[in-house]
Amino acid sequence: MGSRFNPYTDNGGSVVAIAGQDFSVIACDTRHTAGYSINTRYAPRSFHIGDNVVVSVVGYMADGNTLVKRLQQRLEWYHHQHNKPMSVHAVARLIQTMLYGKRFFPYYVTTLVAGIDEKGVGAVYSFDPVGSYEREWCRSAGAAAALIMPFLDNQVNLRNQFDENGNKIKPELLDLDRALVLCRDAFTSATERHIEVGDGLEFTIVTKDGVRWENHALKLD
Amino acid sequence: MGFDFSNHQRNAFLESRGIASAKATSTGTTIVGLKYADGVILGADTRATQGPIVADKNCEKIHYIAPNIWCGGAGTAADTEFVTGMVSSQLELHSMSVGRTARVVTAMTLLKQHLFKYQGHVGAYLIVGGVDPTGPQLMSIHAHGSTDKLPYTCLGSGSLNAMAIFETRWRADMPRDEAMELVADAIKSGIFNDLGSGSNVDLAVITKDGTEVFRGYEKPNERGAREGRYVYRRGTTKRLGKETLLKFDVQTVPVEVVGGGVGDRMEVDA
Repeated sequence: MGSRFNPYTDNGGSVVAIAGQDFSVIACDTRHTAGYSINTRYAPRSFHIGDNVVVSVVGYMADGNTLVKRLQQRLEWYHHQHNKPMSVHAVARLIQTMLYGKRFFPYYVTTLVAGIDEKGVGAVYSFDPVGSYEREWCRSAGAAAALIMPFLDNQVNLRNQFDENGNKIKPELLDLDRALVLCRDAFTSATERHIEVGDGLEFTIVTKDGVRWENHALKLD
Repeated sequence: MGFDFSNHQRNAFLESRGIASAKATSTGTTIVGLKYADGVILGADTRATQGPIVADKNCEKIHYIAPNIWCGGAGTAADTEFVTGMVSSQLELHSMSVGRTARVVTAMTLLKQHLFKYQGHVGAYLIVGGVDPTGPQLMSIHAHGSTDKLPYTCLGSGSLNAMAIFETRWRADMPRDEAMELVADAIKSGIFNDLGSGSNVDLAVITKDGTEVFRGYEKPNERGAREGRYVYRRGTTKRLGKETLLKFDVQTVPVEVVGGGVGDRMEVDA
């Protein structure tokens, strides 16, 4: 029978993205794995592609890195053809077409996009490997997605929380400090229970004033 | 100890149709053993995994077989647990029957004969070490029943990482402190470089004068403090309704306690 060549590998890792009133943040761990081995403890997974838009890819990093590279090239074309910065919703739609273009040999990644929309509010978009996408307030992706998403649902969107009168508590948009606390706690917990998550945590914070980076240590075991 | 194989044919068919069976908890694991000047030292990490998920962050992989014989176990956690417990019981009876201290070769023989009988389906990969009247002994046993008698050895998914350390620094008749440090460093190599291993270093030092077990000898992976405070107001979870079930007549009946108290308690988290 024999086994066919497998063109894909899972490089592990996890990403969390949260949008706020006037910011959005993407947090990625920096561990790059293959099977039970660590390839590197620092492989950046989120990229500022330009125009105050940050894209993060998780899954098969060869495909992820190539997707980002091709996206940067398409952004440059856009600048030459339209003579204006690309809005975050336009970037999102472009990514959908790029991903669906390889519908029958997909980019094996989950993509997250963070930016500021045209009203100045934080924006997060998430994509499946073949381009289905949606704008959300928060999303976790990657190896520990299933561990982190319920925590985000409860703490960001206040799901399953009721007030004294039995009414759902209306979620307010988070401020940046609270968002960062949630991200750090989500990752320290995910690191405890998922072997492919750890080593380091890299934040990319997007505001109208630009993009800034922050780093945080995670457990190395 | 008979096993029930009645599902085997059905499971094999399902697997051929692409329906994967549940994965047993594996210990991932780095376990090591070496001989030094005064006896043997066993080492192990403390992470148990179920696929990519950590099932237990601080499990015990160094198992008791006899006061002077201990065993590091890698592979399927339930198998290593039961097979070492079984041989420990057999060895205790045997030792009383022959009136002699248990020997490592006896433990090894009992284990290998059991494992060979089950043709590798009992997924136990063990490093057995101890000091008996014939001297310090160190052996490794594989699930199919093969054994090796060695001066130093490593098993588990982190064994290559650990062996790299051993091959660089092991020499015969090392002093105790240096040997313990070598074992700890080998386990740490597995903990940090193998995803299947993690958390703490456990050690067992066995000499002719007895065994010293160091549970949590090194803890290089303590969890940092959580930053947020996640406390819920009483009533946060909504009560959707209330249903009263059949009421039962509850009587208080005095029960006579027979036998011991604390000593009889069943071990539930070994």
